[in-house]
Amino acid sequence: MNLRPNKVHKTVAIAALTACCFSFISCRSAEQREAKAENNKASVAPINASVPADDGQWLMASKDYGANRFSSLDQINTGNVRNLRLAWSFSTGVLRGHEAAPLVVGDTMYFVTPYPNILYAIDVITGDKKWEYKPKPASASQGVACCDVVNRGAAYWEGKVIYNTLDSHTVAVDAKTGKEVWKSRLGDINRGETMTMAPIVVKGKVLVGNSGGEFGVRGWLTAVNANDGSIAWRAYSTGPDADVLIGPRFKPFYPQDQGKDLGVTSWPRDHWKIGGGSVWGWISYDPELDLIYYGTGNPGPWNPESRPGDNKWTAGIFARDPDTGEAIWAYQWSPHDLYDYDGVNENVLLDLPINGETRKVLVRPERNGYVYVLDRTTGEVLSADPFVYSTVSKGFDLKTGKMIDNESKAPGYGRIAREICPSAPGGKDWQPSSWSPRTRILYIPHNNLCMDMEALEANYIAGTPYVGASVKMYAGPGGHRGEFTAWDPVQRKKIWSIKEKFPAWSGALATAGDVVFYGTMDRNFKAVDARSGEVLWRYRSGSGIISQPISYKGPDGKQYIAVADGVGGWSGTIVAGGLDPRDETSALGFVGAMKDLPDYTNKGGTIYVFTLP
Amino acid sequence: MSSPFRRTAVLSAVGLLLVSCAKRTDEDVQPNQRVLRVCSDPNNLPFSNERGEGFENRIAGLVARDLGARLEYTWFAQRRGFVRNTLRAGTCDLIMGVPSNFELAATTRPYYRSTYVFVSREDRNLDVASLDDPALRRLQIGVHVIGDDYANPPPLHALGRRNIIGNVAGYSIFGDYTEPNPPARLVEAVADAEVDVAVVWGPFAGFFAKQQVTPLRLTPVLPEIDLPFLPFVFDISMGVRRGEEGFRTELEGVLDRNEAEIDKILARYGIPLKPMARGTAGAKGR
Repeated sequence: MNLRPNKVHKTVAIAALTACCFSFISCRSAEQREAKAENNKASVAPINASVPADDGQWLMASKDYGANRFSSLDQINTGNVRNLRLAWSFSTGVLRGHEAAPLVVGDTMYFVTPYPNILYAIDVITGDKKWEYKPKPASASQGVACCDVVNRGAAYWEGKVIYNTLDSHTVAVDAKTGKEVWKSRLGDINRGETMTMAPIVVKGKVLVGNSGGEFGVRGWLTAVNANDGSIAWRAYSTGPDADVLIGPRFKPFYPQDQGKDLGVTSWPRDHWKIGGGSVWGWISYDPELDLIYYGTGNPGPWNPESRPGDNKWTAGIFARDPDTGEAIWAYQWSPHDLYDYDGVNENVLLDLPINGETRKVLVRPERNGYVYVLDRTTGEVLSADPFVYSTVSKGFDLKTGKMIDNESKAPGYGRIAREICPSAPGGKDWQPSSWSPRTRILYIPHNNLCMDMEALEANYIAGTPYVGASVKMYAGPGGHRGEFTAWDPVQRKKIWSIKEKFPAWSGALATAGDVVFYGTMDRNFKAVDARSGEVLWRYRSGSGIISQPISYKGPDGKQYIAVADGVGGWSGTIVAGGLDPRDETSALGFVGAMKDLPDYTNKGGTIYVFTLP
Repeated sequence: MSSPFRRTAVLSAVGLLLVSCAKRTDEDVQPNQRVLRVCSDPNNLPFSNERGEGFENRIAGLVARDLGARLEYTWFAQRRGFVRNTLRAGTCDLIMGVPSNFELAATTRPYYRSTYVFVSREDRNLDVASLDDPALRRLQIGVHVIGDDYANPPPLHALGRRNIIGNVAGYSIFGDYTEPNPPARLVEAVADAEVDVAVVWGPFAGFFAKQQVTPLRLTPVLPEIDLPFLPFVFDISMGVRRGEEGFRTELEGVLDRNEAEIDKILARYGIPLKPMARGTAGAKGR
């Protein structure tokens, strides 16, 4: 039953066919496009990339298409936040890492748990449970999730709550009744594909991507029709242009990204077929340019020295037409990635004054430790500055758009590389930042970790002895493992920062009351002054916080703040997965840096909702 | 051996069994009988499968008989988290095969030593025996790949270090778990002429070479240790939980008493063996 070559060809053929069938959509007139955009405004709060109008709801994990995560509600402010108190709480009954953002639609909150991916509907004022939906994902999917069995949240669209399950399905649930509307299988856990990311819905298409870069999957982004779950298009991250949906409209800014079939030719023989570049992070959308933006994960499953070349299009970013999936431009943050620097972080869409003129930019605090400011119309890098301690780079060349690498930190066999900073989870992992248009500051939760890649270790998998590097992570300079940094992307500098004992693995929430919220793995939910960084209030949660805080206005007219606890994720598997602290190299080397986490937190998820008395 | 196992066997039922914990029990159940609980992959011949057709299943049967115990299995795909979710979670007590210097378990003395081998078609008459053979620069080579973070089988490391890269094709060790014995694809790739030569862990090569219609040639990889320290030969032991060294000692008694029969089973499955100094206290952590 050797189906391998046939299967690959079939997939290619289907992808090519899909590309053909849907390319006509791009030919429709500009008027139609505008009319459609108008319709969308009716179903989702009107969204401008930089400063969205706010109706007090929270309809997607990032709140708005521009991923600003800014709440314009201002009842809770720097003067009264210290009076904040718990309105209600709700145990999810699940013990693994809770990374999701709650959604709020009208008087209902929706929350997706980690595996088994239960969806709860809860009354936003009383905390009463309205219903729950259990998709019952295949339990085998837990065995192929690389880093805890997390889920990063849902999206609301025209009466449906839509999200991904760990076993690679996308489901749409009736927001009123909790009944399943459709369920669509997008990937195959038997090939190592799982799904953990939060979808966004753009013009009736649900955009979802796969996880599994550690298992030799081939990354993709897929558009699913929101009304019936059918697949509209799929764009692969590696392979021939036809599969990557690269065509005549593709105009990358830099010469290194121009050429035919680079997703094949930047790899040794056929390696792109299992080359990684999974799409497990954040997607943004600019309605004016009509472009979506998302990043691709690390290349795999090869040793860097066995995959010479840029390994396109892994550890990079795509701008695409949401109707057809066609690529418009692409750029690689970390060509030929050496350190597991996935390029999937949030894409914050802003209009910023750069050298005297207002530019439409995309701000990306990236895993490789740099804050990038890109022109989002062209993909040109306008600035790139380190926001964490970095030993792997010596700066950035704006002319070529390339990082200046420190060759001495390149790991390889027969070589011991010490003090690689930032470590594999990067200057910053998935944890999303938040932008305040009032302070014009980006609030970035992040890591301060370095690593050594040392001696060979014998290991065993599927009956096969193999050897790997032993990766040990530890705190970077200063001894703290996390930090919460206020960053000015125009002045290109840090304004203030708060040191955290553990990686700051939760999202950030900026509000018009000039209060910024985030949670910590040692069980503090913090409110800080957006301008000074002074901690104004904190709440001791039951478990460590690695989720995304939100703010909403209840039907009672009051402003609420909501966040889930439940430690876990890659950084927290030592607690959520009960790993042995003596095995420093487990969780891909993360356990060594988190040995004391069990002293600070237990596992278990609860949603907390706060308001003023 | 006339093999009852065909590569065309369709194990559709296996598809979603990566984590399932179905238990198989011997027929003659006696009350208060000791139970030998083995952690095992349901879909990875020649080692094991849920029908008990692997050589590890056979040896587990031997161990159970010797201990007067009833044999039970916890089935779990042998992937990342295997030890954590089986042995360490306490759902079973014995892993039949792990490298003797395995970190995650207490290991018995080794009971066999195998080697990575070059696999090619007999009709090609290739004479590749060494990683330093210049022919490896022009032949199409197949290897297993595991993950990034430098976790890969020795052949990939050794070839990469020699800058033999562009002519190397990777076959995922995980493969497609809905198919029987996913790692077997690499040996089939040689028979199907997808590659000229594959560098394969001995047990896969020996067992699956016999399943092919096309005659295949197996040659142990030299050097045995690619300097500074990249071994191609591994001692394999049984693994138990750390702290259960009494059980380990008991198992070593079983190994001593059943040595001849174990060797016979290994031979029947075509496992390429390298000589071991008998009585080696190779286990780590003593």
